[in-house]
Amino acid sequence: MVEFKINGKKVQAEKGEILLDVAKREGHEIPTLCHHEKLGSDGRCRLCVVEIHRGSRRRFVASCLYPVENGIDVYTDSRDVLLIRKTILELLLARCPGSDTIKNLASQYGVFDVRYTKDTDKGKCILCGQCIRACESIVGVSALCMSGKGPEKKVTTPFDEPSEVCIGCGACAVICPTGHIYIEDKDGYRTIWRKKFELARCPKCNRFHAPIEQLEFISKKTGVDMEELLICQNCK
Amino acid sequence: MNITLEQLDTISLRYIDAMSKYSKIIKICCGTGCVSSGALKVYEELKRVLTDRGLIDEVLVKKTGCHGLCERGPIVVLGDEEILYQSVGKRNINEDITALLKTIGENEIVDRLLYQGEDKGKRYISPRDIPFYAGQKRIVLSLNGIIDPEDIEEYISKGGYRALYKALLMEPEEIIEWVEKSGLRGRGGGGFPTGTKWRSCRVAHGDIKYVVANGDEGDPGAFMDRSLMEGNPHSIIEGMIIGGYAIGSNQGFIYVRDEYPLAVNRLIKAIESARSYGLLGKNIFDSGFDFDIKIFRGGGAFVCGESTALMSSIEGKSGEPRAKYIHTVEKGLWEKPTNLNNVETWACVPHIINKGWNWFASIGTPNSKGTKVFSLVGKVKNTGLIEVPMGITLREIIYDLGGGIREDKKFKAVQTGGPSGGCLPEAYLEMPVDFDSLTRLGSMMGSGGMIVMDERNCMVDVARYFLKFLVEESCGKCTPCREGVRRMFEIVNRICNGEGKKGDIQHLEELAHAISLSSLCGLGQSAPNPVLSTIKYFRDEYILHIEDKKCPAGVCKALIKFSIQPDKCTGCMRCAMECPVKCIKGAKKEVHVIDSTLCIKCGTCYDVCRFNAVTIE
Ligand SMILES: Cc1cc2nc3c(=O)[nH]c(=O)nc-3n(C[C@H](O)[C@H](O)[C@H](O)COP(=O)(O)O)c2cc1C
Ligand code: SF4
Ligand code: SF4
Ligand code: FES
Ligand code: FES
Repeated sequence: MVEFKINGKKVQAEKGEILLDVAKREGHEIPTLCHHEKLGSDGRCRLCVVEIHRGSRRRFVASCLYPVENGIDVYTDSRDVLLIRKTILELLLARCPGSDTIKNLASQYGVFDVRYTKDTDKGKCILCGQCIRACESIVGVSALCMSGKGPEKKVTTPFDEPSEVCIGCGACAVICPTGHIYIEDKDGYRTIWRKKFELARCPKCNRFHAPIEQLEFISKKTGVDMEELLICQNCK
Repeated sequence: MNITLEQLDTISLRYIDAMSKYSKIIKICCGTGCVSSGALKVYEELKRVLTDRGLIDEVLVKKTGCHGLCERGPIVVLGDEEILYQSVGKRNINEDITALLKTIGENEIVDRLLYQGEDKGKRYISPRDIPFYAGQKRIVLSLNGIIDPEDIEEYISKGGYRALYKALLMEPEEIIEWVEKSGLRGRGGGGFPTGTKWRSCRVAHGDIKYVVANGDEGDPGAFMDRSLMEGNPHSIIEGMIIGGYAIGSNQGFIYVRDEYPLAVNRLIKAIESARSYGLLGKNIFDSGFDFDIKIFRGGGAFVCGESTALMSSIEGKSGEPRAKYIHTVEKGLWEKPTNLNNVETWACVPHIINKGWNWFASIGTPNSKGTKVFSLVGKVKNTGLIEVPMGITLREIIYDLGGGIREDKKFKAVQTGGPSGGCLPEAYLEMPVDFDSLTRLGSMMGSGGMIVMDERNCMVDVARYFLKFLVEESCGKCTPCREGVRRMFEIVNRICNGEGKKGDIQHLEELAHAISLSSLCGLGQSAPNPVLSTIKYFRDEYILHIEDKKCPAGVCKALIKFSIQPDKCTGCMRCAMECPVKCIKGAKKEVHVIDSTLCIKCGTCYDVCRFNAVTIE
């Protein structure tokens, strides 16, 4: 058990617990963009940064990764923390002017416009990495990666080629906080990340419901017969 | 068979004996700089001619590592630091070989090959007399340029691997105590106390531990670590074995960037020969201690020098830093306790063990002990690598070793600490160079880059240059660094292009503050430094750019106009001849005029006019 303070209020937590979780439990609001309850975080967006004092030492940490410690004083709304949040949101808004998620969050923190030249080539991707983690840890295929560095960094498939392992499940698109990932289901085909998948047709309702490759993947993993998987959720 | 102390002594005696058979020893620098200016050709040619003349058994020609005078290479040293020749074979190899033979045969000194600074002033015979050398205190570089880095026996003959022998008779705890008491701090930029790091790694839980040497050296233009790795690889290896023993690690890694092929080769050779002499491997000196080293070649990204990115790169993952809330001394490479030090830090260790911690602690300032290698470049008369005691002042480095500003122009600033360091103005020239003083002023010692600037350097443009580098080198993992630094560049670039707005300075300061507080790794955290330090010390120059649309240094093209003052122009025609676009008109002894519609604002006329007739507006 460790004891420390958040915004002046004494709190207790298990040793090794992550600060963000404790803060949320105690009712302190900290915005996040790259953290996911199940998948954790790599500390990419930095929106969750808070101020920590220990003795005379002052530091700023990503609360989504920081294991709590005895005797620290945490401030989630200090002047510097607010400056950091506003700055990050303005920077993300300049990068993704078309993202409603970012627009809404930014306006909550008083950022309505940007002082920079707006990007036109980044889409809505804020490089939070959640899609990559979902694909790797939930789906288990690792079809996505980041490539490039600095401003050129982007999420893509290896070598920007249609991925051999992608099963077209769309988990990445579901998890993406900004809706950057585009799935097109048309005429019995799904297109995602430059790869085209044939969709399975439910033998009962005749509806296209999931990529055949995905069903085969599930069948292989779970041992459930393809016949059974071809039947859509509604008709089961 | 394990090596013994007696064998080390036998090797030394044998080596010294073999050397005494030669009447002359010629050392040709074969560091990267000198090789690229033709050192290998000089080496081959000299050997060939000596063989032809039947002198090859009397005169020994050998290769050494870098002296730190790479710009003036190929460097050739005759005898025991007796004569130093520069640029040998650069203009005419046959003439210079003949000259060398004259010196060898008749002891005749050839004036035109003697060392001379950038300002073409006085020439010097012995490296000991060259002011650039005389002010140095060479410990880490003491054998650079003296020994053949590919010959382990020469290293041994100079006392090499004796520190290892001594250390293996000590308790690991005692070694750590010595390193702590020596006051050694990391040379890779952070200045973290080395002994403290070793101790944390020693006490960390885990049966497997690693020690790693950081030879990434990503700073643009820096070559301190390269010279060390190329010039004296065994000193790094010896330091690592001692560290491994003290920490409780049996495996070391040296991370070198792939763009340093010579360093990689010399290190590979050094490791192989250390293995074959039983200095790496099982049961070293019969102590029961095993240790080996692997080389890892990095892709050469600047960020890969950062500890966590470096480790993930060794593990085969992408070179992205990660949060260090759990330290790498506890969970580093493959989650095992890992001790990372810069190659120069490692190379200090054998000296501390050999000469004692109190000797090391007697050099430097109270909180920064020992020496530091710098690469001194820019507008000074003498440029190159220098090793100086900590606490030396900036003025001593720039004016005594560096010989002052070229063409005796006015000093403006010195940039230290690499791309994320800062610029200090004249008022701080008396500042001692150590870890804490420079940091307090908003710059840092970093890994040892030092760029001297004069009145013709625009500080806003300097900030822009470093920002550009950092924008490209940001790994892009975290938002403030990836997005923020490029926006700082956007603003500074605008200012340089004459589109600065009121409020830009404050905006920059605010953005810089947020970036440095919230970035994930040291790159982002220190990326605003070049802007912050130039704003701090050269605010007026920013204001002139923004409000008056003027660049007093005459660098930012959108803000300047060159013209010739009729009363000062003598009509010497020099500017007209040198102008690359030939836009200066005028006859001999007549006032010259610049056609501003054609002028590309390169500033050549300004720089070449001997009568100060060209002005910048
Ligand atoms: C962006 C960045 C680049 C770095 N590059 C290097 C480098 O090239 N060489 C180096 O030794 N340390 C570099 N460092 C510092 C290392 O992270 C680490 O602190 C150092 O290697 C530790 O060794 P030391 O204690 O002996 O200095 C860098 C740090 C950062 C943040
Ligand atoms: S595509 Fe979406 S989930 Fe993936 S990194 Fe970009 S914003 Fe995050
Ligand atoms: S600070 Fe820059 S270099 Fe470091 S993790 Fe963030 S983006 Fe990468
Ligand atoms: S939520 Fe913590 S860094 Fe993104
Ligand atoms: S390489 Fe020869 S002096 Fe540096």
